[in-house]
Amino acid sequence: MAAIRLEMRLERSKGLEYMIPVGSVLLALIVGGFILLGTGTNPIAAYSEMFLEAFGTDYGLSETLVKATPLMLCGLGVMLTFKMLFWNIGAEGQLHMGAFAATWIVLTGWEGSAWAMIPTMMAVAMIAGAIWAFIPALLKIKLGVNEIITTLLMNYVAILWVDFLVYGPWKDPGTLNFPLTRQFPESAQLFRFGDSRVHLGIVFAVVAAIILYFLQERSRWGYEISVMGENPKAAQYAGMNTGRNIVLVMLISGGLSGLAGMAEVTGIQLRLLHGISPPSAPYGYTAIIVAWLARRNPWGVVLVSLLMGGLYVGGEALQITMRLPVNIVLIIQALILFFVLGGDILARYRIVLRRTEAAVGLR
Amino acid sequence: MDYGDLTIAILQATIRSGTPILFACVGEIFAERSGNLNLGVEGMMLIGAIAGFFATFVTKSPLVGVIVAAALGALISLVHAYVTITLRADQIVSGLTLTLLGTGLSGFFGQPMIGRVAPGVNKWPLPGLSEIPWLGPILFQQDALVYFSYIIVPAAWWVLFRTHLGLSIRSVGESPDCADSLGVRVNSIRYGCVMVGGAFAGIGGAYLSLAYTTMWIEHMTAGRGWIAIALVIFAGWNPLRAFLGAYVFGGADVLQLRIQAAGSAVPAHFLMMLPYILTIGILIVATRESVRRRLGAPAALGIPYAREERAR
Repeated sequence: MAAIRLEMRLERSKGLEYMIPVGSVLLALIVGGFILLGTGTNPIAAYSEMFLEAFGTDYGLSETLVKATPLMLCGLGVMLTFKMLFWNIGAEGQLHMGAFAATWIVLTGWEGSAWAMIPTMMAVAMIAGAIWAFIPALLKIKLGVNEIITTLLMNYVAILWVDFLVYGPWKDPGTLNFPLTRQFPESAQLFRFGDSRVHLGIVFAVVAAIILYFLQERSRWGYEISVMGENPKAAQYAGMNTGRNIVLVMLISGGLSGLAGMAEVTGIQLRLLHGISPPSAPYGYTAIIVAWLARRNPWGVVLVSLLMGGLYVGGEALQITMRLPVNIVLIIQALILFFVLGGDILARYRIVLRRTEAAVGLR
Repeated sequence: MDYGDLTIAILQATIRSGTPILFACVGEIFAERSGNLNLGVEGMMLIGAIAGFFATFVTKSPLVGVIVAAALGALISLVHAYVTITLRADQIVSGLTLTLLGTGLSGFFGQPMIGRVAPGVNKWPLPGLSEIPWLGPILFQQDALVYFSYIIVPAAWWVLFRTHLGLSIRSVGESPDCADSLGVRVNSIRYGCVMVGGAFAGIGGAYLSLAYTTMWIEHMTAGRGWIAIALVIFAGWNPLRAFLGAYVFGGADVLQLRIQAAGSAVPAHFLMMLPYILTIGILIVATRESVRRRLGAPAALGIPYAREERAR
């Protein structure tokens, strides 16, 4: 008789580190394929349609970049908090607060040049997102309140706040019954590349990735953060201030998500409205998946965001051409993450087949 | 309507509004007592809501609907159980993923059910008991699922605190090493408790689509799964105290709906924020309380059990 045992590896397998995510995407697509089969759709046709729509045409590729932009900004910050094992599930709310604050600048009636307005809106949006993230951080370090629940519930509050504004005082009097504000003046619109919808937000995201990369890999602070996540006791003995760093990391994370919200309203929607984030798979929640799949690496966030952005574009195409609910996007995202989580055991443990002692004795 | 009738109506609605959260909360207490944190409650409730609605729509029997909801809630929780117990992956990330998966699956398979009508779980006044002044109409002019919660929640308390099985569950959550050395099958108990959690969350979801309303709406749980998780801490991991938490939340929800309906000057969106803000407030108080009275979470909550790493 042989038994399966798990033996802990001394070091995580480097090769598997990269193979697991790739294998997980494939397995998730296979399981997703069975779900599609269940609704009478040919999965191969559906997937090739998704892939071609997302990556096969100039338009599709540009839309993939559009969807990847908020994912990168939110995902970078969320990854930083996850690195410290602080669970910021609130990117969605922080994004909404950023969008609200940026819109507020426009609705004050100020009409400066783009050179004045855009940086102001960026700053205000980042501050608003950071404040929204600061509250749960403070509750955690002062009172020990579980940050998963507070960050998550604050998402609902932020979305309702934006809803209140666009259904109420900020509603464009020119529209009949749509919950949206008036369109932003040109000086409050983000620069777009060519005639695509790709906007300056993608540059913000890449710059943020570069800064975070250097902070993480090259600075003392980055080292502290990773020690605090991997070995909180050692961090404590070394005199590192965990509470202060939680606040710092949350301010950065909230600020980046706020910036994502600002980029959405100034680059894509050109106004504040109900549903700035796709309701079937909100950016702030997908950012959690992005952050986890990125393996604590800023460039990983950029790469995974592009993949997920493609998934959004492909999913929307399926909805139009094959009349499939766009929720398939969220299903595939979650399946990928489950396979990565499950597959991770292969990187941490060696699977050993060995005869049990009883079987040896019988021989 | 005089004030007496109004109070009775509000308290009656409070119980209805609190019941889905009560089911989910008690289920999560089981999972957490065994040492497994399952943040997938919201997703499991959504699966229960659509599965219960769909089964009732097809069979015209709400009873079948509730059973199917419980079964599918337990089934989807197996994904989390397998990933976290057998494969020892991070429970927080796995639970979050389960919520996303449940949201996606319920939205995907629920789309044909939008706008359909299924027979609901009807109000069923208990003969005799419902005649009691005040308490009768509040407690006993309810539907069968509410009565079921009156029985199953104390039963859950009894199992956890008065039976040998309950002792095993709690020991697995506090000190799996010791439990294992005494011959308790740690992982089997954890699998069982996570599935109980899934079944309860499924019933809680079905309550929303079959009794609280009689329709399927995408994301109809609206954060109730997360509120249930917060209430586990408020309840101190005790099913009986979950009654209090769930009904406090239910009361707040009913009041905000009533105030909205009465045409208050406070904008509706602010009133809709109340349950979430209240939950955060409750969580703050409960956290302080549990620190002061040293009523902490089960000691092994969130930690996978690896037998071969025991002798360290």
